[in-house]
Amino acid sequence: MNLSEPILRVENVSKSYKSGRDETLALEPTSFAVEEGEFVAIVGPSGCGKSTLLHILGGLIEPTSGQMFLDGAEFFEAGPERGMVFQAYTLFPWLSVRENVKFGPRMQGLPLEEQETRASYFLDQVDLHGFHHHFPKQLSGGMRQRVAIARALANKPRILLMDEPFGALDAQTRAIMQDLVLDIRKREKTTALLITHDIDEAVYLADRIFVMTARPGRFKAEIAVPFGTDRDQATRDAAEFFELRKEVSHLLHDEGRKVVAAELATAVISEG
Amino acid sequence: MQATPNDVHILPAPGASPTIVRAPRRKTNPFRLGGEPSPALYRTLAISTFALVLALWCFLSYGGKVSPLILPTPSAVVESAIRLWSAGELWLDIKISVFRIAAGFLASAVLAIPLGILIGAYKGVEASQEPLNGFIRYIPVPALIPLVMVAAGIGEPAKILLIFLGTYFQMVIIVADVTRLVPKDLLNAARTLGARPRQVLFNVLLPATLPGLMETCRTMIGWAWTYLVIAEVVATDSGLGYRIMKAQRFLRTDEIFVGILVLGLLGLATDMIFKWLQPRLLSWAEMGRNG
Repeated sequence: MNLSEPILRVENVSKSYKSGRDETLALEPTSFAVEEGEFVAIVGPSGCGKSTLLHILGGLIEPTSGQMFLDGAEFFEAGPERGMVFQAYTLFPWLSVRENVKFGPRMQGLPLEEQETRASYFLDQVDLHGFHHHFPKQLSGGMRQRVAIARALANKPRILLMDEPFGALDAQTRAIMQDLVLDIRKREKTTALLITHDIDEAVYLADRIFVMTARPGRFKAEIAVPFGTDRDQATRDAAEFFELRKEVSHLLHDEGRKVVAAELATAVISEG
Repeated sequence: MQATPNDVHILPAPGASPTIVRAPRRKTNPFRLGGEPSPALYRTLAISTFALVLALWCFLSYGGKVSPLILPTPSAVVESAIRLWSAGELWLDIKISVFRIAAGFLASAVLAIPLGILIGAYKGVEASQEPLNGFIRYIPVPALIPLVMVAAGIGEPAKILLIFLGTYFQMVIIVADVTRLVPKDLLNAARTLGARPRQVLFNVLLPATLPGLMETCRTMIGWAWTYLVIAEVVATDSGLGYRIMKAQRFLRTDEIFVGILVLGLLGLATDMIFKWLQPRLLSWAEMGRNG
């Protein structure tokens, strides 16, 4: 393994969808890398292909072109070394919270003792001590996502891929979950890639932000966020936070307008 | 903590106010869209419908408005129910009918559930199995009776086969749909957690279909009752369907009514058993949701 090799390296990954004879490009050839311990966020307007990109990285969608490397080794399929947290609630409803967290280690045939150790440890990491034997239906949305994070971490992944994990949560719960992610990152030195449409969330959590264009998605700008790993809600009041937020917002706003314009245009065509 | 700006006023918590007016409850009207009547009122409405039907029956039969050949009196029906029961005939009919249902339904469930799940899980199985199944299920079962009688005679296997044919093809298609309705994200999550395809099938897809399978069985057992009667009406010398047919031949409308009511009660009982089992076997399932 090359010492200078990043954890995740993406080279010219693109995705197009065929419908009949037409081929629509959803994601232009995209290249980037995520270094060890880094927290990278990708923001983009709706339908820009950011979620598609993350699903490709998770091994759940096949790219049309390009290559992906984890620690220098090319990968094609889904695997436990790339843990994923989805926007939709994906806990297994027939398993208790604890059994959900044990799922990954169990599938890989780890010794039972190790499964139990990891379940206890990572449930502590997401502050769910008293909920080991609850079932998903008894939990609130925020708590379900806590379990989902613990479940992904229980495999000790090299990188955590998060697809708008707090998109369905209310603003207060979301802020609490963001602090939780910061905490975990500090303690566990987690490498992470976050997809979000929430500019505030991207600036608050990430070391680097990629802004994507409207469909077909392309990386339009890369912004470094200088806050390091020591952040808390007061970081949001810093002048620098404001400036970064504004910058990303401007970049994104143009794209959002394009999306709406395109939607209106197609609506006119189909009506006429 | 930051300094509070001047234009922020912290409001006092309300004390124990003695003058709180209780809001009137208006949403209890059972005939208002979205209205939630009390359980007592709900039950009263349900029972009064039965009472109304019974009253109408009494009025028409005791009042002599309808010939007893068409509509026997309630007391005549109760009398012949007691007579048939104490003679042991009714019990024998129930036993044989329940046995046929159980055998036909179990056979079709045991075969249809695995195939349905495979169709829902694998496109290859879907392509090779679903179109044929979809075709056969539109053949009305009564149309198959002559063929079944040629092939299986008029004995016990013929009746069980008929119930099987009536439920199996439907069940395959419904189970396939149940399987396809399992959220993709659930399967994806399992894959990213390191589950291999076979592990996804047995550890995620199968358990995720259980609430839907339970619901399917409940629906299909209702169908099985229908096919049972068709089978017993056509060619047999026992069972509740036969009881009804024989009563017709002797113009014993009261016995026909006994047969119909017992069939209705047995159907209701099976449904209630499923309703009772559901939350107990699958306590984890979120009600009103699939998967």
